[in-house]
Amino acid sequence: MLKDSDRIFTNLYGQHDWRLAGAKKRGIWDNTKALLDIGQDELIGMVKESGLRGRGGAGFPTGLKWSFMPKKSDGRPNYLIVNADESEPGTCKDREILRFDPHRLLEGCLIAGFAMRAIACYIYIRGEFVNEAHHLQAAIDEAYEAGLIGKNACGSGYDFDIYLHRGAGAYICGEETALIESLEGNKGQPRLKPPFPANVGVWGCPSTVNNVESIAVVPEILRRGPSWFAGIGRPNNVGTKIFCISGHVNRPCNVEEEMGIPLKELIEKHAGGVRGGWDNLLAVIPGGSSVPCLPKSICDNVLMDFDSLKEVKSGLGTAAVIVMDKSTDIIQAIARLAHFYKHESCGQCTPCREGTGWMWRVLERMAKGQAEKSEIDLLLDVSYQVEGHTICALGDAAAWPVQGLIRHFRHVIEARIDDAKSAAAA
Amino acid sequence: MPKLTVDGVEVEVEAGSTVLQACEAAGREIPRFCYHERLSIAGNCRMCLVEMEKSPKPIASCAMPAGDGMVIHTNTPTVKKAREGVMEFLLINHPLDCPICDQGGECDLQDQALAYGRGRSRYDENKRAVREKNMGPLIKTIMTRCIHCTRCIRFATEIAGVQEIGAINRGENMEITTYLEQAVTSELSGNVVDLCPVGALTSKPYAFAARPWELRKTESIDVQDAVGSNIRVDARGREVMRVLPRLNEAINEEWINDKTRHAVDGLQRQRLDQPYVRRDGKLQPASWSDAFAAIAARLKGLDGTRIAAIAGDLACAESQLALKDLMDGLGSPNIDCRQDGAKIDASCRAGYVFNSTIAGIEAADAILIVGSNPRWEAALVNARIRKRWLAGEVAIGVIGEARDLTFDYEHLGTDAATLGKIADGSHAFAKRLKDAERPMLILGQGAISGDNGAAVLAAARAIAEATGMVGEEWNGFNMLHNAAGRVAGLDLGLVPGEGGRDVQGILAGAAAGEIDAVYLLGADEIDMQKLGSAFVIYQGTHGDAGAHRADVILPGAAYTEKNATWVNTEGRPQLGRRAVFPPGEAREDWTIIRALSDQLQAGLAYRDLREVRIRMAEIAPTFAATDMVAENPWGEFGTAGELGDAALVSPIEDFYLTNPIARASRIMAECSALNLANEKATGTHG
Repeated sequence: MLKDSDRIFTNLYGQHDWRLAGAKKRGIWDNTKALLDIGQDELIGMVKESGLRGRGGAGFPTGLKWSFMPKKSDGRPNYLIVNADESEPGTCKDREILRFDPHRLLEGCLIAGFAMRAIACYIYIRGEFVNEAHHLQAAIDEAYEAGLIGKNACGSGYDFDIYLHRGAGAYICGEETALIESLEGNKGQPRLKPPFPANVGVWGCPSTVNNVESIAVVPEILRRGPSWFAGIGRPNNVGTKIFCISGHVNRPCNVEEEMGIPLKELIEKHAGGVRGGWDNLLAVIPGGSSVPCLPKSICDNVLMDFDSLKEVKSGLGTAAVIVMDKSTDIIQAIARLAHFYKHESCGQCTPCREGTGWMWRVLERMAKGQAEKSEIDLLLDVSYQVEGHTICALGDAAAWPVQGLIRHFRHVIEARIDDAKSAAAA
Repeated sequence: MPKLTVDGVEVEVEAGSTVLQACEAAGREIPRFCYHERLSIAGNCRMCLVEMEKSPKPIASCAMPAGDGMVIHTNTPTVKKAREGVMEFLLINHPLDCPICDQGGECDLQDQALAYGRGRSRYDENKRAVREKNMGPLIKTIMTRCIHCTRCIRFATEIAGVQEIGAINRGENMEITTYLEQAVTSELSGNVVDLCPVGALTSKPYAFAARPWELRKTESIDVQDAVGSNIRVDARGREVMRVLPRLNEAINEEWINDKTRHAVDGLQRQRLDQPYVRRDGKLQPASWSDAFAAIAARLKGLDGTRIAAIAGDLACAESQLALKDLMDGLGSPNIDCRQDGAKIDASCRAGYVFNSTIAGIEAADAILIVGSNPRWEAALVNARIRKRWLAGEVAIGVIGEARDLTFDYEHLGTDAATLGKIADGSHAFAKRLKDAERPMLILGQGAISGDNGAAVLAAARAIAEATGMVGEEWNGFNMLHNAAGRVAGLDLGLVPGEGGRDVQGILAGAAAGEIDAVYLLGADEIDMQKLGSAFVIYQGTHGDAGAHRADVILPGAAYTEKNATWVNTEGRPQLGRRAVFPPGEAREDWTIIRALSDQLQAGLAYRDLREVRIRMAEIAPTFAATDMVAENPWGEFGTAGELGDAALVSPIEDFYLTNPIARASRIMAECSALNLANEKATGTHG
């Protein structure tokens, strides 16, 4: 369990002042110039050394991502983009950072932007985050006024602007290239890769898109040293992470914990346990709606980090733990998620446009038992036809919950179909 | 140059190629819907997925740049499964109404479903239905069939340069639409029908008219403008059912304009299908011999100088040659092919053709357009200029009307005086031309048709010479014609001979009673009122202005009804081929003149088409090399003089109604009414 002294997000619950004065008391913006003086390549090296992996879901090493940015400009400026379009069902970690600790993010933006030689940072915030946007804008204004960003940021001689851009509420705009399209004023549809944003990003310039949490932890890592961060958790899965625990638990909450904490411990210690006790657990979706669910038998022992969850054919994703007890209609639950992905598919490429609707329709029938058993394999096949064949990862995200359902709860679907058949016969 | 291995075959492709192109180079067929060579890459249909070693997922070959050392597999079970999956997805919401679909038989979806599909549907849910969209009189929509490949959007945005087609909504509710449910205001809109890989966008005039396998396909040349677009004429029985573009990189790439495509219903209307002779003030049906006799009687004893001939815009080279030889035989120097009165000097070929060639536009780095609206005069030349503009780093200036040309340009002025300033170097644009490596001037017919025409021509030549447009490698002096027959007429010398009269002179002479007989070879664009009491022989295809004024009508063959030669604005002779026979008693045009010449004791020497063409090549050797553009030596042309300040105006007032065939077309009339309405309503021009 994480020691209190190792916590990065010291205002996760909004118990302290989120404004500049309060932030400074928590050590934010403390001699940031010294951090910048470390030097650009050295900063990237330190982030690499810390083992930080992206907190947005895919878990790509952050330092490595930064190192893709051109070190010498060919005339085009570099940009940092912060993805604050947090829309994954079950996930509410960035929101807490945005509204309670905005300066931690802004300091991270300055350092990350400096390390990547960016001239400016765009924070793309989810449209529905109205108060969060107000807080963040107020924090940006404060930071400008205090000379922390803008011309000669923190007295470092480095000019750096931060702009807040509000989205219009489409889930797909959280995909980095769709976010860039949307930022440019176009319809939010993912771009083809290659070229990757680090070569051709926003307005054709090299850009890096990072999650809010990935950026916000950077200043603390640098202050305490990469080895401190790398020493928390398990190899390749290091550091602290905000977990969002929701669903059938006694005390749903956000909590910062070390990577690799056992799922059971996480739920019992921080969320007051599963409603009706651990044995009343049916399934857990461990990383936001897009990863496959896990049955209780796996939840008993699994560790909450990228590699452990991958081993059990799920994923850490955004670390949004959705707990479902035995009162849950798991088919209906996954059908609801399928509807979400059908609704949020951008419609650009064929498998996702057509496949998400197909999966949702079949699942809705299955939830009522109005299906044939042969359709279970059909549904699985359709999900594989979507997975990996699309431009962006939304296709995968739509397919995985369905695959998880069939992998672990095929017997439930079959029983539902049998029940419906016998009811019809009676 | 990256080297790849495709299914064990090593191929080397040009840098910048895609994996799909590499697969094709290796002889592998890759199915695709959204990919099109001439459009930007969308990568959205996912039909072209292939396996790449070291990639965990199959890759979209159309969008992946070919890299050195890539190992690609196109025939593995994974690829097969991916294709079957995408095909199944495309079909689940497709209505499968092939029996009532006009695309049937030439449908990419149909063909690829056969080749790559599973042959059986597993989808039991309800299918999606999509409301039809209004895309105007040329494009019929059945949007339920749409597979969202976005080719139409990309064509409209990129090639046609109109932001009028797009996609609204998302996910499975995504729909292709014109936003405002209006006709697409582009003269190239018909091409989206060809691009549509399914039956979502089909040709409205051709709806339910024929099946592709019923059609007889003839490769021919378009005459609606002077571009000489390569076309395929699809006919059934005696009727031309439709016209489609044919690939020619040098001219039209694979596009044609809407007039080329849709004016063909005019071939069935207002046709002259038998000779007429005016008796008692009324045109009355007559036999060929009666008609010839009437002509012979009137011309008998007339001095050659009292006879004149004007060749029209659509006349083929063969008939113009026969007309010229006939007039020579009758001793008349009064002949002209320049209906619009353009002051072209036929003695120097470089002075009246598009020297840089149309493809050469892509190499130009500064372009000056004078007195022309290329969008209406030569839509595909305009599309090339836009293509060049999109590539960037080009200065484009326009002297004349400031219209919406689908690309940005500097409007330098409206009158010839501006041209004069560039010619004497006092205008800033002169420096742009001079600094350019390959400067280009496009001179429209509107600039040289006025009284100052010869002076404008001379000024244009002066600019060409002063800015280094004319060199060994590059000749950027370009005349843009709007009449398909014009360059052939000039090549064959259909200009006034020694002491002869040009069009204005002929009309003035007829009005003054100095010309007694005028032979109009499909000439409908002159002011018939001015013909006075002259005896008018009209040889042509349609009951248009000339036929109404005529004393004798000789029914000729339209461009789809004869084997004939046209020379496009580049000076490129191309062969048109007969797709159907002329209606009724109508005959191929050169044979009519040949037969008449016997009656007039001015017998022409040739007896068949081969001999006509040999004679053509004797007069102008360029005719011997069809499809080729000859090098034309630079020379003197134009007459320096007062430029004046009259505005330079394009001669085309209505794109859709420029010739007798188009004027007889119901579709063109409909387009014309709509287009004008749009221009007034939106006011976006200029």
